Amino acid sequence: MESRRNVELSLLLLALILSVGAYVIVGLAADNEVPSGSAGYGATLAGLFLGAHLVLRWRAPQADPILLPGAALLNGLGLVMVRRLDYAEAAKDSYRPEAPAQALWTVLGVAVFVAVILVVRDHRVLDRYRYTWLLLGVVLLVLPVLPVLGREINGARLWVRIGPFSGQPAEAAKIALVVFLAAYLAERKELLATATYRVGPFLLPEIKYFMPLLLAWAASLFVLFFEKDLGSSLLFFGIFVVLLYVATGRFSYVATGLGLFIFGAVVAYNLFAHVQVRVATWLDVWRYYNDRGFQLAQGLFALATGGILGQGWNQGRPDFIPFASTDFIFAAFGEELGLLGVTAMLLVYLLMVFRGLRISLAAPDDFGKLLAVGLVTSFALQVFVIVGGVTRLIPLTGITLPFVSFGGSSLLANYALIALLCRISDEGTPAPAAGRRVPADTGEVTVVR
Amino acid sequence: MNRQIRRVAVVVLVAFLALLAAPLYWQVLAAPRLANDPRNTRVLIKEYSIERGPIVLADRSEVARSVRSKQKGDPLEFVRQYPEGERYGMVTGFYSLVYGRTLAEQEFNSYLLGRAPEQFGQNVTDLLTARETPGGTLVLTLDKATQEAAESALGGRKGAVVALDPRTGAVLAMTTFPRYDPNQLSSHNPEAIRRNWDRLVSDEDAPLLNRAAGALYPPGSTFKVVTAAAALENGVTMTQELPSPPVLDVPQTSADIRNFGGASCGDGSLTLTEALVISCNTTFAGLGIELGSQKLADEAEKFGFNRPSPYQLPAATSVIPPRQDVPATAQSAIGQRDVRVSPLQMATVAATIANGGRRMGPFVAQEVVSDKGKVVKRFEGEDFGQVIPERVAGDLKDMMLQVVERGTGTFAQIPGLQVAGKTGTAQHARGEAPHAWFIGFTSSGDRSIAVAVVVENGGDVGSEATGGHVAAPIARAVMEAYVRGGG
Repeated sequence: MESRRNVELSLLLLALILSVGAYVIVGLAADNEVPSGSAGYGATLAGLFLGAHLVLRWRAPQADPILLPGAALLNGLGLVMVRRLDYAEAAKDSYRPEAPAQALWTVLGVAVFVAVILVVRDHRVLDRYRYTWLLLGVVLLVLPVLPVLGREINGARLWVRIGPFSGQPAEAAKIALVVFLAAYLAERKELLATATYRVGPFLLPEIKYFMPLLLAWAASLFVLFFEKDLGSSLLFFGIFVVLLYVATGRFSYVATGLGLFIFGAVVAYNLFAHVQVRVATWLDVWRYYNDRGFQLAQGLFALATGGILGQGWNQGRPDFIPFASTDFIFAAFGEELGLLGVTAMLLVYLLMVFRGLRISLAAPDDFGKLLAVGLVTSFALQVFVIVGGVTRLIPLTGITLPFVSFGGSSLLANYALIALLCRISDEGTPAPAAGRRVPADTGEVTVVR
Repeated sequence: MNRQIRRVAVVVLVAFLALLAAPLYWQVLAAPRLANDPRNTRVLIKEYSIERGPIVLADRSEVARSVRSKQKGDPLEFVRQYPEGERYGMVTGFYSLVYGRTLAEQEFNSYLLGRAPEQFGQNVTDLLTARETPGGTLVLTLDKATQEAAESALGGRKGAVVALDPRTGAVLAMTTFPRYDPNQLSSHNPEAIRRNWDRLVSDEDAPLLNRAAGALYPPGSTFKVVTAAAALENGVTMTQELPSPPVLDVPQTSADIRNFGGASCGDGSLTLTEALVISCNTTFAGLGIELGSQKLADEAEKFGFNRPSPYQLPAATSVIPPRQDVPATAQSAIGQRDVRVSPLQMATVAATIANGGRRMGPFVAQEVVSDKGKVVKRFEGEDFGQVIPERVAGDLKDMMLQVVERGTGTFAQIPGLQVAGKTGTAQHARGEAPHAWFIGFTSSGDRSIAVAVVVENGGDVGSEATGGHVAAPIARAVMEAYVRGGG
């Protein structure tokens, strides 16, 4: 139905107006003139997203109309904030602008989106290569640990550098592993759901069916131990537990998963100094203000200074927060756009997540349902972990805010993620009149799918 | 499977509600506490990133200005400077990183920062970007020549000088000694600021105190003008003969009232005018007893006593107790006992008489001008109206003219001008030299000025001093500088 795409088009235009408006205001506030790049920025952004929109019209006309505009808005505003932080950094000695790189990554991100829509004509195709995905996921996950390729940055071994290119392969591994898990669980769900034991109030399946759960737990511990990445570890395990629950409907998996998570967390806390530091900082950030709590405290100061209405674009000092453009970009938005701004941002995320869950509900097959739920869970968990960390709801773990934070790998992975959701939704939405009309004057019959 | 997905949706919703609540807490509930945390330098740095408007005199010469900090790596963009050093600190106040702001820097802070409602929305771009409007220029009423004359006439003696335009209440000069240099508290060096501050607050002479508006002294004989006003309003005439015994036997006490240095005021009776001209204590003490404490206080309140000062900057409230016993009333009538005044208040007394009985509240800031030169705000002295009858004011003026012409105030004479005045010598502590006072006024052409001068402990001359010797010449120099400045 064309109306879905028309909704998407108007929402895209709104997102573009908001992004370009923010871009102009930052320039006005910084240099007192409309920035010379405004037209270029607007045209590029418009070209990119209208192009993606046309591809959806062509190849996935029934796709969800909210996801692409949501991503465009978040990405557009994120770009403006990254550029705004560049302005502040320009005054410092070691200045390396991030906005040009982020703009390039945006172009590549939308290209990935288009590529996924064009190449994956039916999500069920992915099901066929499930072990390829598993292998790909594991390789990507292990890559940073390898001696020559891997790089440790800020205490986490998450990076891979090949020649001039560097990236966080865990972002891509996340998607590959979700595809594998969805395929695996779609096939085995009956088996896994069979209850044979009764322990207290729980009906438990045979012990051997807990093996995949244990394996996933081991994998996430591997990430934690060798890559020292709390955030990704939590993410992987969370996705797995949710998928297992959705596939089997067995609450015992969730309970066991929670138990394993707590056990793993306790072990990690006792083994790793950096985990203890994170927890101690979370509990009393002001005591550690001068060292390890500085970043979090500056983030909270930024939020408090922003208040309800915010300081306005380029009127705050988010550059006081270390890593403002990546981990703490949420606090930067809080300072300049206020509570209203970040609430709106969180509602955009919530809307996208709920659209994703709707896609899962409407998906025609189990694989599609599980794939959609897995992708949405990973997206929502990522937002929860970083926003919760920055706002001191949970201990802080460094992870990007989807579509908003500076970072290429994250941007590419998230565009691939919403492209897959768009693809699944295209198939899950019954076409009106149960088929696609070809132009009547050709005299051909309606093609029924 | 859809049942599970719906349950996941519920969990997601709960998690997002928590995410929405967290910024609500930090940005609203905890915000005041965090925004004012001394470690949160954002607010400070933002304020110092604005080019704070200058403070200028009536002739637009700068007495406070913001210049770009030349210190390398200074996170604070602008530094506040006071090009005249100590000269205007008693009006401008200081602008300190560590100790905040005082006086004009504090009271007119929002105008200087460009944040006052009147300055809002002057520039469309500023409105669009929520950027701050540039700071406004605060124009003072102070007259450069008069201020400099007051300062050099006081000549480093402890005390204060205030000069007002009687018709408007505009402060033409206000100086005090000892003083401080606001530059020492307004640098970007917290160490130096703390050191300077410690030295200033531990100084026994209280250089941070603006004696002109913030200190209270016994007014001594200058208060006889108020007593005379009360007498005139209650039926006594200028030419009426009043008793003037060498010693006034005050009822209910053994502390009799004598004239200064034990001198006599003639042969036992004087007209009201003569009593003021030679400043006869016994006559005025007797008048005070006759009028009673209530009428005396009522009269003083017409000039502004017992009410918070209408001055724009912090000022002390001058007081006279409305209910006193007879001995206290007798002493109050000659400006002793519990009567306490600020020099600013006594200048207002002189100005009100000069202005024909219509009292204008003193003000020192007259307008705020935007960076584009537009007047965004005008200030005026509060008009208290005809507080004493014009006839009474005229009589008082006549009597005060004679004080300068042939009485205790001859040192205030300016050739070719009619100068009115009253001297005072206020005892304040046993064994210490009294404070020397003079209040007066004059005018020439379109220029009119009223002055109050106090020299603590009578300056160098010690206990022999009367207001006539020490304070009157200072007042003369100030008045002359202003009326001659008009050309």
